[in-house]
Amino acid sequence: MNFGFSDEHDAIRDTLGRMLSDHATLAVAHECLEAANGFDSATWAALANGGWLGLAIAEDYGGSAMGAIEMAIVAEEIGRSLAAVPFGPVLGLATPAIQDLGTQSQRECLLPGIAEGRMIVTAALAEDGGSAPERVSAEVLQDRLSGRKSSVPFASDASFAIVAALDEGGTARLYLADISDPSVSLSALDAIDRTRSTSEIVFHDTPVELLPGSDPAAIRTLLDGAAVLAAFEQIGLAERALFLTRDYACERQAFGRQIGSFQAVKHRLADMFAKIELARSNAFFGAWALASGDERLSEAAAVARLAALDAVQFTTEESVQLHGGIGFTWAADPHLFLRRGWQLKAELGLADLWRERLLCNLADGQRAAN
Amino acid sequence: MDFSDSPEEAAFRAKARDWLDANATRRNGSEKAQDHFMARDADEVARARNWQARKADAGWAGLTWPRAFGGRDANPIEQVIWNQEEGRYAVPPNVFLIGIGLVGPTIMIHGTEDQKTKFLARALTGEEIWCQLFSEPAAGSDLAGIRTRARREGDEWVISGQKVWTSGAHYSTHGILLARTDPQVPKHKGMTMFFVDMSDPAIETRPIRQISGNSSFNEVFIDDLRVPDSARLGGVSEGWKVALTTLMNERFSISVGRASGGARAEELIDLATRVERNGRPAIEDGEVRARIADFIARQRGLEFTSYRVMTSLSRGQAPGEEGSIGKLLLGKLRQEMGAFGMDLAGTSAGISAKAGDDMARWRNEYLTAPGNRIAGGSDEIQRTIIGERILGLPPEVRVDKDVAFSEL
Repeated sequence: MNFGFSDEHDAIRDTLGRMLSDHATLAVAHECLEAANGFDSATWAALANGGWLGLAIAEDYGGSAMGAIEMAIVAEEIGRSLAAVPFGPVLGLATPAIQDLGTQSQRECLLPGIAEGRMIVTAALAEDGGSAPERVSAEVLQDRLSGRKSSVPFASDASFAIVAALDEGGTARLYLADISDPSVSLSALDAIDRTRSTSEIVFHDTPVELLPGSDPAAIRTLLDGAAVLAAFEQIGLAERALFLTRDYACERQAFGRQIGSFQAVKHRLADMFAKIELARSNAFFGAWALASGDERLSEAAAVARLAALDAVQFTTEESVQLHGGIGFTWAADPHLFLRRGWQLKAELGLADLWRERLLCNLADGQRAAN
Repeated sequence: MDFSDSPEEAAFRAKARDWLDANATRRNGSEKAQDHFMARDADEVARARNWQARKADAGWAGLTWPRAFGGRDANPIEQVIWNQEEGRYAVPPNVFLIGIGLVGPTIMIHGTEDQKTKFLARALTGEEIWCQLFSEPAAGSDLAGIRTRARREGDEWVISGQKVWTSGAHYSTHGILLARTDPQVPKHKGMTMFFVDMSDPAIETRPIRQISGNSSFNEVFIDDLRVPDSARLGGVSEGWKVALTTLMNERFSISVGRASGGARAEELIDLATRVERNGRPAIEDGEVRARIADFIARQRGLEFTSYRVMTSLSRGQAPGEEGSIGKLLLGKLRQEMGAFGMDLAGTSAGISAKAGDDMARWRNEYLTAPGNRIAGGSDEIQRTIIGERILGLPPEVRVDKDVAFSEL
């Protein structure tokens, strides 16, 4: 057993962390919050130049063919930076879908563009009932897609989307859609995290291409992998919110002392830390399961997701609280983390869905054992 | 990052399993694993001694001890592999945990050659059972506030005072005792550690009954106990330093041992399948499902946290920040699961129990868990440690830090 990152991994983390802290400052996050479209294209371009977007893409398609562990590091650092970039939709969902489930020509046509940062392929899986294959109601008839996707991140910046829809036999599959096609209508939503432009998409007989490897099981596995990476993104975000609050508690004086010396404050910060570390432990197991293709991936993804959701919600809410009145203002930083936390929660489904995924999985496992 | 056994670890596991197969009986499915380290009666103590002697004989005792002291020089991961494998067998409680996990390593660092020779081998073979006489009625979280006095008389020390919460004192043969030897200096500076023989008539041990109804710890009264100066562990006035070694090893023992302690959250799935809520199987109830899923996520997190600690230790690093959270989160989780198990079991049968039924099981969990939240540093102390040592927050105001103990 070796349950931690190596020195090489730490070096990767340092390099990326430095690059992100140069580009994606909290001042930039505030600007993105004010802008109509929050996409931070400069940071995305810098990530592409550094080779970070192609990290998990095969060398034949312009990537460096690294694995889930390295992607987990990227996810955590992007989460920490609060960069307004589409890590989860593009690298957590669309890229593995194309690479693992697509055709050779789909890979050739899309992966190099993703790695170079010149093409955004987003993921449009979720409908009102969530992202799981059994909740899909969009339909494809004779290679034409009709249906509504309720909340698609970065749709206005993307050229293509990977869309979940039912095939003619009623089975959930994944399709590639050109969302600049006139049959696609986008309406911008007021996302809680305005650094992350989000749209509702309606498809009317839109021409699409099947990703032939996709079926309900493959979609679930894809979501599990994305949930593991999202857990790292959430942990990075929560840890930054914790340290921001810690710094404030060391600086702010009341009753003649630093407020961090009061147990009411100190102990809450300790609780934040404990929830984050618990989430990190579960995320480690998830990263290992994803990297090694272990059959426990879905259980690992569910516990990683549940612990990360809990850590983020507690940390970001208490970060606002411990900042006092200033934490309640638009100009201060804590709400940036609160908003991004909710966005990451929404994009892969709320805790209820993952609790069910966990219990159904364990029940299946028990049945198999008996 | 690799979650599976390395080839060396797999070989170690196979070897352990072979020996256990030949020397112990495998638990059947319904038998619970031995998850406590306290003996309930003299018979259990005798069986524990016998088992320990056989393990020592075959080289499976004190795994992480250096070979020079009869150990196996095993790394922490091998210790955990052994714990996992031994846990599959019906074996007596490990009443030697304090001797081998806490006292032994303290003697290795602070003891004289004579003391090492005298005590280490017999702790390993189980001939001698150790307890730790630290806490007192007025010194728990604030351990450095102890009042038990040791007064020097010629070549002897005369010790008087009272200890409390001493696990296993009623069947221990030996103990290490922290006493105040100089009240004229601030509290951390005037203490010294001693070895005591628990059979000495100057020591009286009275078991304390816990809220679970069991008795695993004791009050210990010490009335003019005379020990030679050779029974001093470490220097005069260096007791705090010695105690910190013991406490550090206690945390280590907890981090490699306890994550698997107590009930498994999956047991609640089984229970919820057998009982009803609102006229349906409880497992079909949304709230029941949500609670159980969250318990599983938290329990897995603690388990994986202990693997992170072991990874740090086996790389020769001090346990990192992750090590401090297991102790904080375990007791509360166990308490909540116990309460929920009672809620579930109680929907059909009320909250009275029959021997061996679900209510008895979960009520015992519930009434045992508060001990996890207090022993070895209360939740509140753990939060202060995390806040100050890990997060670097300003320390508590400590009004007694520079004042002579006698002036407090």
